[in-house]
Amino acid sequence: MAIHSTVTESKIQYRGDGSSLEMSEPNKFDAGNLRSEEMILNVGPQHPSTHGVLRLEVLSDGEVVKEVVPHIGYLHRCFEKHAENLPYNQIIPFVDRLDYVASMNNEHAYVMGVERMMGISDQIPKRVEYIRVLVAEINRIASHLIAIGTYGMDIGAFTPFFWAIRDREHILRLLEWVCGSRLLYNYIWIGGLYYDVPVGFEDRCKEFIQYFRPKVKELEDLLISNKIFIERTANVGVLPLNLAINGGATGPMLRGSGLRFDLRRVDGYSVYPELDFEIPIGEGMVGATGDCWDRTWVRVREMEESLKIMEQCLHRLTTDHRRTVEFDPQALLPKKIRPQAQDFYIRAENPKGELGFFFRADGKSDIPFRCKVRSCSLVNLSLLPEISRGVLMADLIAILGSIDIVLGEVDR
Amino acid sequence: MPDMEVDKVIAFASERQIILKKAEGISIPPTLVVDAKDLVALSESLHRDKAFYFDQLSCVTGLDNGPEAGTMEVIYHVYSIPFNQSLGLKVILPRDGATVDSLCGIWKSANWMEREVFDMYGILFNHHPDLRRILMPADWEGHPLRKDYQQQETYRQIKVSS
Repeated sequence: MAIHSTVTESKIQYRGDGSSLEMSEPNKFDAGNLRSEEMILNVGPQHPSTHGVLRLEVLSDGEVVKEVVPHIGYLHRCFEKHAENLPYNQIIPFVDRLDYVASMNNEHAYVMGVERMMGISDQIPKRVEYIRVLVAEINRIASHLIAIGTYGMDIGAFTPFFWAIRDREHILRLLEWVCGSRLLYNYIWIGGLYYDVPVGFEDRCKEFIQYFRPKVKELEDLLISNKIFIERTANVGVLPLNLAINGGATGPMLRGSGLRFDLRRVDGYSVYPELDFEIPIGEGMVGATGDCWDRTWVRVREMEESLKIMEQCLHRLTTDHRRTVEFDPQALLPKKIRPQAQDFYIRAENPKGELGFFFRADGKSDIPFRCKVRSCSLVNLSLLPEISRGVLMADLIAILGSIDIVLGEVDR
Repeated sequence: MPDMEVDKVIAFASERQIILKKAEGISIPPTLVVDAKDLVALSESLHRDKAFYFDQLSCVTGLDNGPEAGTMEVIYHVYSIPFNQSLGLKVILPRDGATVDSLCGIWKSANWMEREVFDMYGILFNHHPDLRRILMPADWEGHPLRKDYQQQETYRQIKVSS
């Protein structure tokens, strides 16, 4: 009783009443107006196969999905509002938290945009650019491992998840060695890098490539060419190319539908024009082009291409642009980040698709007037209702997993 | 990416009795200001025409210039995959009762992006198939990215501001 009396009435923040049971985000379909065979089924927001806090309102007829309505916003952290109150360099940690399994890629896109606005993008030393591409590609592999591993688990294959997470652990340790944290790096800075890579990092990366190459093959044997996996994913959730383009799909989603389109090649930003890599596309090897299997297959092939890019970066970093005593990655950091007044849209190829940043600089302050994120996960997810009409409930989970969303980026 | 020849677009639009102006200041990709009533007609012809073929709508950005300026903007970034060209289309709207026609009939990706602009700025999109809030809860008060936004004190008995 003594404890209770110390809690005064005003300190109780929340008291349940009738309104507590109302949904803050009401259903789109009215349960009263359904036909007798229809049913509204709620999936998420707390559900392992929704990959985060995503709620799907499913209008079903028995086991057949008639309509899906995604409800998002459960992880909305007001990135764009924060960005209107922060200087450009202090936004970088927030950018990390968008797609939190591929932070290096987010930073790379953002930093590139600010550098181009300031007109210093051609002064960045080659070594800095190669390190940026190297860490971004390592992170791309980590992101694809998560995508493939969790996708396997979504449709019932438990082992590939552990194998993928085991290999991802090596990557996280490499990146932790580079910048001190495992997920949210704040490593790529405007005009340079936080630090040079640690001594011996190149050798560990080479060891990782040697270790990981056979593991990709192993993962492929275990999951991608597995009969059960093919049965579950081939001809499921087929995204035709015209719908993919019209719906704004990018990344493995668009390439899975058969278009050889990769912004690393199309826009040729950073040092990607100097690097040799292939752009894998879905060819409908086991089913129709653009099905869930194709999208997963593209991700596996992309991991191999990323390994190739890593090898080339490491070669350049140990020969032409090798480590020197006087090299300082912070040498070119601008003292004052104040781009001239302009509207600027930058886009880059993230593991999940086209990540875009729109800036409006007013030329008078270090704070962007507007910073908008064009999120690839959001646009890819908006195609889910289109490709999951009339599929079975179990296939809906397979389709959602193959889109590879990260809710941090969907909701921002 | 080759630079978009905006003069070609302006000439193309004037054949269709649509007046376009270049946006003031620097904008990358090049941006044209279009009247709100002409937006759908222009987008439709830019999407269909063989010389431009803007087949992808990359980004829809809302923007509030504040109560002094009294205007809001919606900026559409369109991209043509076969010609590898980007173009920005800007619509300037009055701050009170900002309304613009939806582009959902042309690009499917407009659906959620326009919902987000509505959610954050309160700009209405005519003929949008499903204009609901997307990121904020349905019973949230106000539109957070407007410059004169005042945060509500409590949301369902929970204190909002710290």
